[in-house]
Amino acid sequence: MNLALLLLSSSTLVHLSAVDLAIIVFYFALVLGIGLYLKGQANTGEDFFMAGREMTAWVAGLAFLSANLGSLELMGWAGNSYKYGILAAHWYWIGAIPSMLFLALVMMPFYYVCKTHSVPGYLKLRFGKGAQAISSISFAFMTVLMSGINMYAMAVVMRVVLGWDLNFSILVSSLTVAAYVALGGLRSAIFNEVLQFFLIWAGALLIPILGLIEAGGWTGLQAKILQNLTEQHVANPGSYTHLWSTLGSFGSNPMGINWAGIVFGLGAVIAMGYWTTDFLVVQRVLSAKDLRSAELAPIIGAAFKMCVPFIVILPGLLGLALLRDPQGHLLRLVPADQAWSAAGQAQGLHGYDEVLPLMLARYCGPGLLGLGITALIAGFMSGMAGNVSAFTTVWTYDIYATLINPKVTDDFKVKMGRWVTVIGVIISIGTAYLVMQAQSIMDYVQALFSFFIAPLFGTVILGMLWKRASPAGGWTGLLAGTLSSVGMYTWVKIDPNAVRYVALSMDAQDQAQNMFRALWSCLICMIVTIVVSYMTKPKPDSELKDVVYGLTPIPKTEHVSWFHSPIFWAVVVAAIFVILQIIFW
Amino acid sequence: MKSGSHLSIWFFTGICLGVNGLLIFITGIYEIANPPANKVALYDLHANVWWGGFLLVLGLVYSLRFSPAQERKRMSKSS
Repeated sequence: MNLALLLLSSSTLVHLSAVDLAIIVFYFALVLGIGLYLKGQANTGEDFFMAGREMTAWVAGLAFLSANLGSLELMGWAGNSYKYGILAAHWYWIGAIPSMLFLALVMMPFYYVCKTHSVPGYLKLRFGKGAQAISSISFAFMTVLMSGINMYAMAVVMRVVLGWDLNFSILVSSLTVAAYVALGGLRSAIFNEVLQFFLIWAGALLIPILGLIEAGGWTGLQAKILQNLTEQHVANPGSYTHLWSTLGSFGSNPMGINWAGIVFGLGAVIAMGYWTTDFLVVQRVLSAKDLRSAELAPIIGAAFKMCVPFIVILPGLLGLALLRDPQGHLLRLVPADQAWSAAGQAQGLHGYDEVLPLMLARYCGPGLLGLGITALIAGFMSGMAGNVSAFTTVWTYDIYATLINPKVTDDFKVKMGRWVTVIGVIISIGTAYLVMQAQSIMDYVQALFSFFIAPLFGTVILGMLWKRASPAGGWTGLLAGTLSSVGMYTWVKIDPNAVRYVALSMDAQDQAQNMFRALWSCLICMIVTIVVSYMTKPKPDSELKDVVYGLTPIPKTEHVSWFHSPIFWAVVVAAIFVILQIIFW
Repeated sequence: MKSGSHLSIWFFTGICLGVNGLLIFITGIYEIANPPANKVALYDLHANVWWGGFLLVLGLVYSLRFSPAQERKRMSKSS
């Protein structure tokens, strides 16, 4: 039987009504309308690639967060919270908040003062073309892969919830994203990201609210999860609802990780790398109208980021406690490859990543279902658009205008930006089909982060804070870090026993392996950078003005009251972050 | 993102929330009068009525507060 038909026939909970379809169609019309409206405001390179650098702190902050609210946030992490329990919330808290605040208060002044168009552009100013070339090529590669992941995730939602054909979903989403980014550039992407931010909250917030009512609050939820997992003989059932207390050893939690992997691998390397050097998110902040807005934007993003587990992690936990099949038996989700196998389909199995749509179908009737589906579509499209717009900028400025044709005119850059948007979407479509072979969306994404992002953070932070770092040290360190990460990944794939060396324990699951691989690759990058820098000639101080700490006069922001000061709000966010760790310890 | 001659992003946001809220609210009222055969979990809470109503009010506030007319007024006051 056709896969789509099989799902459709087994999904009695999800039938779209006319009002649901109207909500989805209205969303697509609005998104395309915004793209058309903004076409006239994207005439120069600065307009198309940097949104004119005129965004307020709120717009830049919400776009900064929303660009990250793609499939990664919605389906992937809901699936991971079903698989690993509340440990998945670490990716929102210690895996985001400290690094977002670090970006705001420490790194943003350098990015902003040197007026770079991109993070690879900063590396060019700091280390020269070698580091820029490695960074821009690896980043361009990563963005199109990530865009494809979002496309794939959206197609899965459409398949699970609506029974739509995967190919049809990929075609519709890719055409829409290509149209609105090619028309309005970064400004259009940012407009839609802010819109999508509101849609995601409006569409997803009901699931945890209604879920907690049904489960009997947080205490009732904990009790139900413990009871269900004990009945299924799952190891360490109590660890699914504790954030830190089960991280003393690798074997006492479902992720097979310890506190060092979370604190150093995730918090100090992967998160710092992603939130401070991944150009996809940093580009949004660079579009801010002044330095104070650029500093406030990541803080605003951090404040909302702390709340996202409510609409992503909690639904995964609620799925563990409440999901039942049509006969009323406890529903147990399985890895994606098992769910998608012929035997899995015949048994009506669902993958981990399907937990969020299943919860949506559980609570949402006509209208609300349409809004929830629209929220998911919006999340995936923002992820796609964010990656495609970042790819376009890096290709045009850091690859074409730097490595291929340095004499390119501003007009040509805009034309190229529009065409590269379309080409980036086409490559993403290929990636979407590639991702279908992966066991879990998030594990795949985290593997990519550890390849490219972790070493990049080592290079950027040394470049910003240590003026002795030389151009040769910069690019060799970055190359060594990236190759070592790919090497460790390949080693474990060839010999699974190598996990004991790479991740320090045979209990380490995929996510734990990614954390440790990121940690080692960043350390290797930094060590190679330092050693090579001492062996080679550094840049003179005169060439490091505006890019290195100590040689960069940071412009004083206008005098504002403490209430409007970025530092005050950073302290507030940090305090709430600490309180959350204690509550869910 | 706001400027005198351009529509604000907050205006688009208001339109989006308002239209969706209205559709959901009306559907919720219709469902009370004509209960569906296959009910979702916690149907009796009528989430679509109060959630749709909330989105409608929020959408109206945003679209009126950031309407083109209000934007022009703000621009003329500041200039």
